[in-house]
Amino acid sequence: MRHACAACVPGDIEFFKYDWKKSGKWNLVFVAGTILGGFIGGWLLSNPDPINISAQTITDLKALGISDFSGMLPSDVFNWENVASTQGIILMIVGGFLVGFGARYAGGCTSGHAITGLADLQLASLLAVIGFFAGGLFITYIIYPFIF
Amino acid sequence: MIKSEVVSWFRIQEMFRFDSFHMYGIIGLGVVIAMISIQIIKRKNIKDMEGNAITIPPKDPKQVTRYLVGGTLFGFGWALTGACPGPLFSLAGAGYSIMIVPILSALAGTWVYGKIRPSLPH
Repeated sequence: MRHACAACVPGDIEFFKYDWKKSGKWNLVFVAGTILGGFIGGWLLSNPDPINISAQTITDLKALGISDFSGMLPSDVFNWENVASTQGIILMIVGGFLVGFGARYAGGCTSGHAITGLADLQLASLLAVIGFFAGGLFITYIIYPFIF
Repeated sequence: MIKSEVVSWFRIQEMFRFDSFHMYGIIGLGVVIAMISIQIIKRKNIKDMEGNAITIPPKDPKQVTRYLVGGTLFGFGWALTGACPGPLFSLAGAGYSIMIVPILSALAGTWVYGKIRPSLPH
């Protein structure tokens, strides 16, 4: 779990003196593979159809102002022009920061806790997963109307 | 991850709105397969590439604060970016160059954690 978690945010391994170079190398190879996999799956073998999510979700997201459903994420929101706007800063910069900070504080992300941790019947992972969902639901239902 | 669409911001939103079984199906199946794999590893004492026994060090569930607070903070970021760390890299590889922004801020978040870790409740 520690490795699955460390693999999630590997670039920091060099910053922390107490991490081992041994596990660091593996993590970087893992990340390189993830990027390559993304390239093959998302670019070379990409699916040209719009994503097949539920009609209810599309309706809800449209009500928030999203109109581009052609890719994996809404490019009308996630783009370089929007980075400096309040919305862009919250979604991309604050969002990213919380993913990095939260994953390290909780000692894992969804693969480490939700999948491996739960499969190993670890109570700590259940706590983490409860946190994940509490946080995600709070943002989705309470905060989103203010961002969009 | 790309083909199952777990990297998609749209799928994450769909999941938090409980509008589809998709994400729950994938995570659920992952847990089942992991459970089976872990049992096989434990019972057959399977070794890693260097010949060491594979162990999963148990996490201390008394560290309630770190798991609940850390988990919630991660959850905030998850709903905002629509991605976990892995998908951030996966999407970047798929051509969504904008993901470099959350990747960099995630690294910043990790670094800040490392810096203030001694003063955080665990």
